[in-house]
Amino acid sequence: MADYANPQVLVSTDWVAQNLSNPSVRNVEVDVDTKAYDESHVPGSIGWAWNTQLCDTVRRDIIPKANFETLMASSGIGNDTIVVLYGDNNNWFAAWAVWQMKIYGHKDVRLMNGGRKKWLAEGRELSKEVPAVTSAGYKAQNPDLSIRAYLPQVQAALAQKNSDMVDVRSPQEFTGEILSPPGLPETCQRGGHIPGAQGIPWGQACSEDGTFKSFDDLKTLYGAKGITGERPIIAYCRIGERSSHTWFVLTYLLGYKNVTNYDGSWTEWGNLVGAPVERGAAAAAGG
Amino acid sequence: MNAEEHSTRTLEVEGWQVRITSYKFGDEYHCTADNVSPGANICRTTGATRQEAEDAALAKAKAALARTRRFPAGA
Repeated sequence: MADYANPQVLVSTDWVAQNLSNPSVRNVEVDVDTKAYDESHVPGSIGWAWNTQLCDTVRRDIIPKANFETLMASSGIGNDTIVVLYGDNNNWFAAWAVWQMKIYGHKDVRLMNGGRKKWLAEGRELSKEVPAVTSAGYKAQNPDLSIRAYLPQVQAALAQKNSDMVDVRSPQEFTGEILSPPGLPETCQRGGHIPGAQGIPWGQACSEDGTFKSFDDLKTLYGAKGITGERPIIAYCRIGERSSHTWFVLTYLLGYKNVTNYDGSWTEWGNLVGAPVERGAAAAAGG
Repeated sequence: MNAEEHSTRTLEVEGWQVRITSYKFGDEYHCTADNVSPGANICRTTGATRQEAEDAALAKAKAALARTRRFPAGA
């Protein structure tokens, strides 16, 4: 069985447990449910709220560079710190944080394979204590937007048919049967998907315990839908966090080049006046 | 302290698959309900017993899922 293209971007729960006191490592929890950290977390880890700390809180955008530097510094993260991110929902927003840290050029950022789910299931040590953090100096690089897709790029890719698009939402969101994940608020005016996109739900990249599937299984999963890395790939979901997860898989585990995360995603496309939308094709989305 | 008594099960609520996950930490039981596909968290609850935490999660999940509109034609 082949190893991942970049295995160093993943650490196991064992590795995290063995490095809880390693001063070079900062563990950070980023959850969809921003209160989950308060309930319990990996001892010594800090928590970031995706909806206030990892975005621009005025306009819809990723965290501005200056705010990013402040967040890193106040989290005790220096440019050489090994940052291990983990969170709920198999690392949805932890992957979102990885994507933003890579945009700002952080050298060594990793995901804890299996996320919060695996840590809890294994009955590992937990804490409610928020650790005291000594501020560090941090200098971010200018944003690398080669891993981000904006609307005009997606529109151009659609018109020129020169990229593969992967819709990582659930089959029901893909077909337009529902406008948001069941139980969550609707955030778009129209349901469906970008014409030509392949539906490959993010969760298909994970095993039951929350860890990523093997390189071979991932290659087969995406390859079966024509996603082979030979053309540029644009991943999207509803607001960009699930597609960060798929961006991580395609970029680091499969080693595909030219993979972008369209974080505008369906909340942008599904609200655009006049945007082409394809509906139905449940079979194309898989299970 | 460690996470204890971790448990997960899947059931149908308002026509949707829902996964109920609970564990004990200290004197409290914590529970989350997610919608399996796509796996988004619907709610999180805490109780003195597992039953209390899970019942509260199920009630919240039921209310949230009942509001989800389906557009059956899908085309």
